[in-house]
Amino acid sequence: MALLDERQATVPEAFAPGPPPPPQRRRKLGGLRKAAAFNLIGAALAGVSVALLLALLTGVSGALGLVLVGYVAFLLVYGVLVSISDDGPAVLDAVMTVLMASTAVLAFGALAIVIVFTVARGWAALVHTNFYTQDMSKAGPLASLKVGGMAHALLGTLWMVGIAVVLTVPIGLVAAVYLDVTRSRPARLFRTVVEAMTALPSILAGLFIYASWILTFGFERSGLAAALALSVMMLPYIIRAADLALRLVPGNLREAAAALGAPGWRGEMQVVIPTARSGLATAVILGVARAIGEASPVLLTAGYTSYVNANPLHGPMVSLPLETLKLVQADIPAYTSRAFGAATFLLVVVVVLFLVARKIGGWGPGHLSPRGHRRVQQASARDAARFAARSQAAITFGDPALGYPATGGPQSPHRRRRR
Amino acid sequence: MTTVVPDSPVVQKAPSGPRRRIRPVPVPSDRAFLGLTRFSGLLVLGVFAAIGLFLSIKAFPAIRVAKFSFLTTQAWQPDIHHFGIAGILTLTILIALVAVVIAIPVSLGLSLYISEVAPQRTKRTLVSLVDLMAAVPSVVYGLWALYFLQGKVIGVSRWLSTWFGWIPVFKVNGAHPNNPLESGSLYSASTFIAGIAVSLMVIPILTSVMRESFSQAPLGEREGAYALGATRWGMIRSVVLPFGKGGIIGGTMLGLGRALGETIVVILIISPVFTINTHILQAGGNSVSFLIANLVGESSTFGISALMAAGLALFALTLIVNFSASAVVARSRSGAESDG
Repeated sequence: MALLDERQATVPEAFAPGPPPPPQRRRKLGGLRKAAAFNLIGAALAGVSVALLLALLTGVSGALGLVLVGYVAFLLVYGVLVSISDDGPAVLDAVMTVLMASTAVLAFGALAIVIVFTVARGWAALVHTNFYTQDMSKAGPLASLKVGGMAHALLGTLWMVGIAVVLTVPIGLVAAVYLDVTRSRPARLFRTVVEAMTALPSILAGLFIYASWILTFGFERSGLAAALALSVMMLPYIIRAADLALRLVPGNLREAAAALGAPGWRGEMQVVIPTARSGLATAVILGVARAIGEASPVLLTAGYTSYVNANPLHGPMVSLPLETLKLVQADIPAYTSRAFGAATFLLVVVVVLFLVARKIGGWGPGHLSPRGHRRVQQASARDAARFAARSQAAITFGDPALGYPATGGPQSPHRRRRR
Repeated sequence: MTTVVPDSPVVQKAPSGPRRRIRPVPVPSDRAFLGLTRFSGLLVLGVFAAIGLFLSIKAFPAIRVAKFSFLTTQAWQPDIHHFGIAGILTLTILIALVAVVIAIPVSLGLSLYISEVAPQRTKRTLVSLVDLMAAVPSVVYGLWALYFLQGKVIGVSRWLSTWFGWIPVFKVNGAHPNNPLESGSLYSASTFIAGIAVSLMVIPILTSVMRESFSQAPLGEREGAYALGATRWGMIRSVVLPFGKGGIIGGTMLGLGRALGETIVVILIISPVFTINTHILQAGGNSVSFLIANLVGESSTFGISALMAAGLALFALTLIVNFSASAVVARSRSGAESDG
């Protein structure tokens, strides 16, 4: 840049006494250039026109087909437009870039449609307060949305997910630490098994609890059984996510802890885990988000009831996704509305959990809240005071083993005299 | 790390004799800590092993009766001892294949878009959107597929079967494309519709595995490609895709494993059949998880044993798929630990 500026300053004087050149602007390296944007807009207009024309002339019905035809036309026109100014590889590059962006639009568009559709259909049931406070025992197939609600399923979900969290989080985190502290062959095998188990069909988690807890050990279907099934499903997720979070901790932090003489467990507890705290919290939250939405492990183990059951140890208990499923399967309009309401509620909970996880996960390893910062500063001040007291003690009692490196000041003559 | 100083006397004089083995001796507290972590690891492994164990124990009576015919029979009538998973397992795989075939191009484009094309600022948002897609409860996808997607897809199914019916997979028996009054019920509840809905659930899995492997394509080779005059697509084709091959294959298999076990969408969409129906556009399909979810409540003891056998088969199948997937992904992954 400096070179360019110099030339700009000298050129007019030496060669051309014409008008001064315009001031230089920084060139944009990435992003969409104007010509490319015009090409895109033009091609999009062409695509829309082709689709509309087709609709008018041939009366092709079905929005999906029209969109497809319009999209193909858009791609072709875009390729032609780009080929006016550019040659082969650049045309291919432009078309492929548009294709990649389109898949993103397709996938996220589908997600948006899923969310909007669910919320739109579920809103009617969600706005009534009885949705949150009543159960379905008094709401028959013809009852309006002002009667009955999801209280029993909300309570059931709370119990099941709560128990599952209490069971899986400690075991899962310690198992992740196990993967972290040993690099042995069994640990590697364990990691492979955990990764394979994350894709365990969730119905099999339910079937396993059904085969063991209910059929073999003879317990009844209950909230606890469902919670166990959810735990089996959640455990590999939590271990894997926590393992990833722990692996992100820089290796030199561990080495520093070891070099300072910390035994393995202290390094792990006081350096590695606090550093990975945000990642571990994210792991737990995402595990919970998954467990909240799963119906299939609960399907075989929880039983079904339309009453509020506050006891997870006894009697059938139902969770929100399970209730949603059962209501849809009944195929009655009022029940379907309620099902959409429950699904919307689930969706909202999952999204909120997600935003929280994103907020926490966005903090890098070692991130501290303001309070955490103050705590660390206080601890540091305490340490400084302790060290000062120690070196004072060394001065007073003349014990070289306790002595702290002298850094000038009143200590230096002291030491010299002792030698 | 090992900086060799040529003149250093220490380096010049090589130590004789065998290399000294360095063996850290953990302090007692450390030994207890390691023991605790190892215990919890073993506990988790034990739980996983118990899944296979209990399913096997419970499946034993059924398998003893059915023997080898369990793998070849296309029917499910355990009470007259006429049952097998040939049809159901094939239909399960069919749904998963439809889902994965739809998911592969979308995930490939999406992961390339996120890792190569998207502006740096939006990358994190896009990644979390993909994660959100994975976290949306399956029952929500199921509702959407039943009440929104099915109506839209029937037209596509009819079009496909009309024009491409000569391809066996797209054939629909009993279809009369020229009959304007034909109802859509022939095309509803099909493997195709369930497959589309399941594809939405596996796209995030494929995408995140692929994206991770793409983003690990080495910078030097990328810049080399650019320096040789490649366009971005040229660079992607010659550097990113070859380096990400393991991720593409592994991610696809992980997605397949997930799709094999999907329950809720299949429960809501499919109308069950028990014989192999390879006409994916036609009503009627099945899956092992659907079978289990539907029949556990209303089966005899022997029927439940048969269901356990079906579950065991699904368990074995997904484990094989997942183990090979994680082996492929792990082989392509590098840098297990970051250095800050």
